[in-house]
Amino acid sequence: MIDQTLTAERPDTTTQVPRLRIRGVGRDFHTKAGVTHAVSGVDLDIRLGEFVALIGRSGCGKTTLLRMIGGLLSPSAGTIEVDGKQLWRDGYVENSAVTKLGFVFQESNLFPWFSVLDNIALPLKLRGVGKAQRRERARELAALVGLAGFEQSYPRELSGGMRQRAAIARALSTEPDLLLMDEPFGALDALTRERMNLELQRIVLETNSTVVFVTHDIPEAVFLADRVVHMTPRPGRIRQILPIDFAKPRTVELQTTPEFNEIIRDLRRDLDEEE
Amino acid sequence: MSSTTQAPPDQPTTTTVVTNARRQSQARMMKILPWIVTPSLVVLIIVVWQVLVTALDVNPFVFPPPGAVGEAFVTLLLDPKTWGELGVTVTEILAGFAIAVVLGVVVGVLLGNLPWLEVSIRPLIVITQVAPKVAFIPLFVIWFGFGMTSKIVLAALLAFFPVMLNVLLGVRSVEQGQREVMRSLDASRAQTFTQLEMRSLQPYLFAGMEVAIVLATIGAIVGEYLGGSQGLGAMVVRAMNSLDAARTFALILLLSLIGLILYLIVNEAKRFVIPWHESVYGLRDSV
Repeated sequence: MIDQTLTAERPDTTTQVPRLRIRGVGRDFHTKAGVTHAVSGVDLDIRLGEFVALIGRSGCGKTTLLRMIGGLLSPSAGTIEVDGKQLWRDGYVENSAVTKLGFVFQESNLFPWFSVLDNIALPLKLRGVGKAQRRERARELAALVGLAGFEQSYPRELSGGMRQRAAIARALSTEPDLLLMDEPFGALDALTRERMNLELQRIVLETNSTVVFVTHDIPEAVFLADRVVHMTPRPGRIRQILPIDFAKPRTVELQTTPEFNEIIRDLRRDLDEEE
Repeated sequence: MSSTTQAPPDQPTTTTVVTNARRQSQARMMKILPWIVTPSLVVLIIVVWQVLVTALDVNPFVFPPPGAVGEAFVTLLLDPKTWGELGVTVTEILAGFAIAVVLGVVVGVLLGNLPWLEVSIRPLIVITQVAPKVAFIPLFVIWFGFGMTSKIVLAALLAFFPVMLNVLLGVRSVEQGQREVMRSLDASRAQTFTQLEMRSLQPYLFAGMEVAIVLATIGAIVGEYLGGSQGLGAMVVRAMNSLDAARTFALILLLSLIGLILYLIVNEAKRFVIPWHESVYGLRDSV
């Protein structure tokens, strides 16, 4: 029932242009040892409000793919469209398309010379938003990610989990069409990670964000995602795309259900088969 | 000390449990310790000095007793002429230092951002750096005269390299992850410079400036020793020529105090400019 109300709130976009359209994308790295096909022939569409998790072993190209979507690494082949706009042109990134993206890295990469508030407001500052206005927006976002009361703290005064919350708030500050997350909770301990997953789910539902989320943690991927994209290495390509149909918001209890664990078991078996 | 001891809760002691009260009293001790030890040492040195000079019956023209130096120091401070000369020397130091900082930042940032330029002029940098720059003072006197300019040039030349090299290192040391944040935010080159590089290199700049202020002081004084009639350095030479050892000592003491005060000002400025940096908050939190 909860699922239905949430779906009703979201605009039906199945007929529209997908938020992200990836066609035949590949990336080669040229090293002394030869050419590595880090990513090869990836096709993927991501709809508005969808949460897609990319999983796979180290070296399967999931991070490379995410960096190409994020405008940090140019593809060797194929096209990436954000809201129908070409992201890459002749190896150069299209600025008007990048501005629709928000990136969260494995490390929070906060600037130690800025307070939490100024870190969150940085993207707005770069866009020339006035001081009062961007501070107000940053304060809202701090509250959204559960950092109310820590606005004036320096990053060093925060725990690892709180730093990642600030990094998420920073990525959300420009109201991105697409939120890209590269193992954002990889450096956190298991308990903090579980709590951050719940928080992220809440934030994503509240902001109706579209998310591409890279992780090597299978339960995390299944817990958060609408679809899990399983990638295999050498060359990095998509092996299967698995829809996860549990109603949202999902609870911790879901993780103890047989259905949930069955999916995880299957995925784990598939990953093990790669050896 | 600054980097490791800022978070005591993370360091569980293995054998003994240090109670909070004990830790606090330890912190208090650490704070007052230098205020006890340093004056005691100074007093001890003066006593030993006095005893040695008396016991060995040293000629006061060679090594004056502390009392005579103290007297000469007071005389020096009471003479308004001293303050005029002091003004000259301090002006030379600060002017040289300011020039070095501005040029050091500009050149350091430039070389840091243009690796091809750095590589091509690196031999030149090394040569200029290892050259004994003090040896150039006769040339500076010929070019810039006996006035303040030649001393300012020497002070700036000595102080320039530590600033430039540290800034260069600072630009190169910007964290890759932070650069990627700026890239992912579609930041312009200028924005990356003002929001990231310029702030990230400030701790390096301060490290360079702490060395630079000392070298600028040396440059100005040596310049005055070797060519000039103005400033405390010239006063030292005059006192020496009239075999006034006590006055020479007193002037050296004064010069050392100036050097110390200038260094402390630079060091203290750090607290206000980069309160976020480990070198500042680490020290504050540890004791």
